[in-house]
Amino acid sequence: MKARVLIRPKEGILDPQGQAVERALPALGFEGVSEVRVGRMVELEVQDPSRMAELCERLLANPLIEDFEIDLDRPEDHS
Amino acid sequence: MKFGVVRFPGSCDEVDALLACRRYGEAELLWHGDRDLNGVDAVVIPGGFSYGDYLRVGAIARFSPVMDAVSEHAASGGLVLGICNGFQVLCEAGLLPGALLPNDGLRFLCRQVEVEVVDPDTPFTRACEAGQVLSVPVKHTSGRYYAPEEMLGDMEAHGQIILRYREGCNPNGSVADIAAVCNPEKNVMGLMPHPEHAVHPLTGSTDGGCLFESLARHADSLAAA
Repeated sequence: MKARVLIRPKEGILDPQGQAVERALPALGFEGVSEVRVGRMVELEVQDPSRMAELCERLLANPLIEDFEIDLDRPEDHS
Repeated sequence: MKFGVVRFPGSCDEVDALLACRRYGEAELLWHGDRDLNGVDAVVIPGGFSYGDYLRVGAIARFSPVMDAVSEHAASGGLVLGICNGFQVLCEAGLLPGALLPNDGLRFLCRQVEVEVVDPDTPFTRACEAGQVLSVPVKHTSGRYYAPEEMLGDMEAHGQIILRYREGCNPNGSVADIAAVCNPEKNVMGLMPHPEHAVHPLTGSTDGGCLFESLARHADSLAAA
């Protein structure tokens, strides 16, 4: 089963990468964009998704500084 | 007194750390794939880019076989010092509180900074005086120390903040100007500055030596007791 994990900096934690992106946008004519936050996405193929949360907490994300969301691509979604 | 300096794939400051340790005691390199610490008194986790900094700084190195031995060493009261990437590894391994985030200015920093000794009553600082200012270099991209407010309160209460950047010297946006923290038992410490690069007059400062000297003094006093 395909799984996607979306990891983002926790609310309240300064994200200088997001700020840099936000500052670059007006130069390209994109006005009115704010609150840019940069995270990362990890794609995995898993046989048993029941331990995904543990996997994320122990390795993919650092729960002290990051939030994560797990998106499972179940085969029945395509039927 | 014997130091052991761990070499991970991607470490780059292990030789400087080894040479700094040798000024104050015996020292040898340890390999990340070994589970044996060869009976060293103090383990140094050096700076660098262990495992290419993949995923998050320090995230993969904590699963190295040697880290099981380091955790056991720490749990039994053994001394562990993490420098820069070593600090990041110890935080990821849960041996130290908090985490290191990308610098607030996003840039790689390489400069001399001044840090103040908050607590000289630890195995890492016993050769220093309270308030003593040390001139040591920093060189990192992810050195912004962070801990949630509640955790910080606990750390303050237990005297776990060991070094702070001097006022106006905080290079990376670390919370409360924190440059070094230890565990509640005070046998594991991590810091972002590089004391191992400041032990010889040729490099402009010898202030980093006092941390290694402190460890050597501490281990020798335990051996004599």
